[in-house]
Amino acid sequence: MAHDTTHHEGTSKRIWQVFGILSLLTIVEVVLGIIKPDFLVFTDFVALSLLNWIFIILTLVKAYYITWAFMHMEHESAGLRRTVVWTGVFLICYLIAILLIEGGYINDVYTSGHMTWDF
Amino acid sequence: MDTTAVAQTGTEGKTWGGGNQPLKASYGKLMMWFFITSDALTFSGFLAAYGFSRFKFMDEWPIADEVFNHFPFLHGTDAPMYYVALMTFVLIFSSVTMVLAVDAGHRMQKDKVVTYMALTILGGAIFLGSQAWEWKNFIKGEYGAVETRSGKILQFLDTDGERVSVEAFTPVAERTRETHQAKNGLWYSSESDLIAYDIEDLKTAFKQDETLLVRTMELDDRGKKTVLSREESIKMLDERGEHIILGANLSNNEYGAPLFADFFFFITGFHGFHVLSGVLILIIVFFNVLIGTYEKRGSYEMVEKVGLYWHFVDLVWVFVFTFFYLV
Repeated sequence: MAHDTTHHEGTSKRIWQVFGILSLLTIVEVVLGIIKPDFLVFTDFVALSLLNWIFIILTLVKAYYITWAFMHMEHESAGLRRTVVWTGVFLICYLIAILLIEGGYINDVYTSGHMTWDF
Repeated sequence: MDTTAVAQTGTEGKTWGGGNQPLKASYGKLMMWFFITSDALTFSGFLAAYGFSRFKFMDEWPIADEVFNHFPFLHGTDAPMYYVALMTFVLIFSSVTMVLAVDAGHRMQKDKVVTYMALTILGGAIFLGSQAWEWKNFIKGEYGAVETRSGKILQFLDTDGERVSVEAFTPVAERTRETHQAKNGLWYSSESDLIAYDIEDLKTAFKQDETLLVRTMELDDRGKKTVLSREESIKMLDERGEHIILGANLSNNEYGAPLFADFFFFITGFHGFHVLSGVLILIIVFFNVLIGTYEKRGSYEMVEKVGLYWHFVDLVWVFVFTFFYLV
């Protein structure tokens, strides 16, 4: 338990710094979500609007800070970090890819199939 | 460090005895990480399923800004996102106080751990209360709608494009009957509360009021819901209107696709349940801190473990916030 005090002043500073970053990113998301600038909503980039890309990327940045700083992932051994992060990232990407592709396919069936779903 | 929480097993130091720490983390912390990883996959499953349904009904999904636009004490004001942003801040801030408690625990400062944990519990409680209020508004609904025979939702607008509630233009009918209750009638069946008017009253009233229009679920290429012309509105309502829907439940809701409400209840409910259990665990650990359990043990690792769980709950909320309210 013999930590030196300088290390602790460092962690305390880091906590408030991360809080600042998380708040700022949330404020940016909320402001964009309220204004919804037309040029971000109606410009598509790889199947998603720019606005949605911004939301998703900012969310991932927030997730990084929460995991790394608040959950102390940055101080864990590389083995633990990789076990948790790589497993999660790989399986989640797989899940999302499969489900979204299938969802899009069913939407195609609904809109271009030979049955009407609105009667 | 012989006074750890884990009982001595006599296998300390042996590779497979659990005594040494191959990942330089204690058994308890490692197990918490195991749990968090699997729980993260559960939540990803829910959110990916939400994405699936959203892609499936891409052209008619409800617009979150129109559904979640309430703020306490601001009745009738359109305040999209503010409330949920506030909830997000409460949760992020409770995460900060939690990490400060963990930090104070490393330094063996019992008083600070107590203060910060109390603040964290308070934040969790505020969040739960906010979520209850959000649910109340969602279940109660605001405008009401009509469901067509194919399960689509028709909403009502005036000519200025403002939403009009079903109640506002439908008069209470003369021929209302009493709600059938199990204690007065057939004991094996009951029905939900009857409203004072039915779909036929609504259709009549709609035809009489020239200023009313119908809005369908269909989104146009600008992401706005399609508003029908007066003639189309009357025809649509007359031919396809099946029954009135007020608010939301698991089988239908006034906002749009039934799955929207199902996912709302399930995902925010499951997350809220995590927050609830987090608050309960925090309270238990809080009292343990108060009576000095961890002081005697010589380590505040338990605070660190519940902290990991609490941050995870915050992490999940960050994603729920993005995918339910923003995207």
